[in-house]
Amino acid sequence: MTIPIYVQGAWFVGALLFIFGLKGMSSPASARRGIVIAGYGMLIAIAATFLVPGLQNLGLMILALVIGGAGAWISGKRVKMTDMPQMVAIYNGMGGGAAAAIAAIEFARGDAHAVTTIVLAVVGALIGAVSFTGSCIAWAKLQGVLDKTYRLPAQNLVNAVLALVAVALGVAMIVLTPAQPGLIIGFFIVSLVLGLIVTLPIGGADMPVVISLFNAFTGLAVGFEGYVLGNPALIIAGIVVGAAGTLLTQLMAKAMNRSISNILFMPMVASGSGEEITGTMKEVSAIDAAAMMRYASKVIIVPGYGMAVAHAQHKVWEMTELLEEAGVEVKFAIHPVAGRMPGHMNVLLAEAGVPYDKIFDLEEINAEFTQADVALIIGANDVVNPSARTDKASPIYGMPILNADQAQNVIIIKRGKGAGYSGVENALFYADHSRMLYGSAQPMAGEIIQHLKAMA
Amino acid sequence: MDGMLALYIFMLAAFTGYEIIGKVPVILHTPLMSGSNFVHGVVVVGAMVVLGQAETPVQQVIGFFAVALGAANAAGGYVVTERMLGMFKKKED
Repeated sequence: MTIPIYVQGAWFVGALLFIFGLKGMSSPASARRGIVIAGYGMLIAIAATFLVPGLQNLGLMILALVIGGAGAWISGKRVKMTDMPQMVAIYNGMGGGAAAAIAAIEFARGDAHAVTTIVLAVVGALIGAVSFTGSCIAWAKLQGVLDKTYRLPAQNLVNAVLALVAVALGVAMIVLTPAQPGLIIGFFIVSLVLGLIVTLPIGGADMPVVISLFNAFTGLAVGFEGYVLGNPALIIAGIVVGAAGTLLTQLMAKAMNRSISNILFMPMVASGSGEEITGTMKEVSAIDAAAMMRYASKVIIVPGYGMAVAHAQHKVWEMTELLEEAGVEVKFAIHPVAGRMPGHMNVLLAEAGVPYDKIFDLEEINAEFTQADVALIIGANDVVNPSARTDKASPIYGMPILNADQAQNVIIIKRGKGAGYSGVENALFYADHSRMLYGSAQPMAGEIIQHLKAMA
Repeated sequence: MDGMLALYIFMLAAFTGYEIIGKVPVILHTPLMSGSNFVHGVVVVGAMVVLGQAETPVQQVIGFFAVALGAANAAGGYVVTERMLGMFKKKED
């Protein structure tokens, strides 16, 4: 089939706008314009595709576009900001499923293809299918539909065997072209099951890295199927996303001090800390906490996922505004893995109205903790655990942390006395200059606001 | 398509992806992941071409799902990314 030059040209413009759009997202000021530009690219590419000569099943096509597009549009408009990671996961899985389905049709048609084409079709189908079911599991876990972690005995062996079977079936499809329907169906079933089995044992805390990995997978799958279809726009968009997603996955894993293979194949070990923790946890009342911050000159707030779960970000921002009115300098310090994805916490704070020039990442703010009178830690734990710096026996040793322990005073809003998700005790909570404010973040921030207003 | 030519496209596209992400501040990582998720929604274009050529009912059914899933990827990816990025504002404006 030959594609007319005007359709080719429109696809080219689409690919160009995608790259411009992604580039625009490199700065907060132009980021929104970036996604709008990429959106126009998508509209142009889709509209031009209707002009491909000899297209059949147009009614079916429009119906599919409307059902898929409208369904996702409405659910995307409704989703809460805290639930964003799983929404990204599910949309991503759908893209992977689409890539795998394209490959399935190509196999079913059984047209004679060059070896390269079949190889890429098989590889794209495999990773697309894994991304599809894996992302569905990731969604179910983060959404809380699936709250148990299923771990098979000899999980890694099962993974390896399944992966080998999938690859073997793929090779068989390449050798035995055109493949028989039974072989094709078997290949897809094994690939889909592989995605399920690999993702099931992974805990919710590691899921962001996995979602990012599947995002890269889908990109590659789309790129490879683009080659199969002879469509450079798909190749470029897919491979750009594949490369970008791979780098993003590495950045995330590095921020958690976990390697990607570690996340996929090893459970997080909840071993105790090797170092003795001395001291006791000292409680503080909301009124004292309010006074400590009200009469400070500089306060650094360290929000964690606990704050997001408690939906406390609006209250925290209200508290921040009151402190600023009283002349206190307030900054937010964000650990790279605060929230559920890198940058997720920034989105949650932005939703609450916190301007992004008050939000600082680890490298920018770590030197400033020594000048802070108060570090207020809200629902964060492992990311401020000083044993990551010193205790080689700790499972989180080597993870970059926020130096909240170097502030003059530390106030920790925390629901209970438990350890962080890593299971490691936090020596900071026992330190002489630390005070614990027990309670859920939202009512606690509310109480502090009341006391601040009374002091004004 | 010419295999070597495609290899060059793969290489250049991979470098482009690396370069784009390398310069993005951490605060934009989630929207960017979502944005790149939107971009691979272009798979819907490939799905449309394939459905347009589907001949048997089986191919039509699979093609229908491919287009629906691809469209959901594109539409959903766009909406959530746009919503997230719309929230980034400098103070008092």
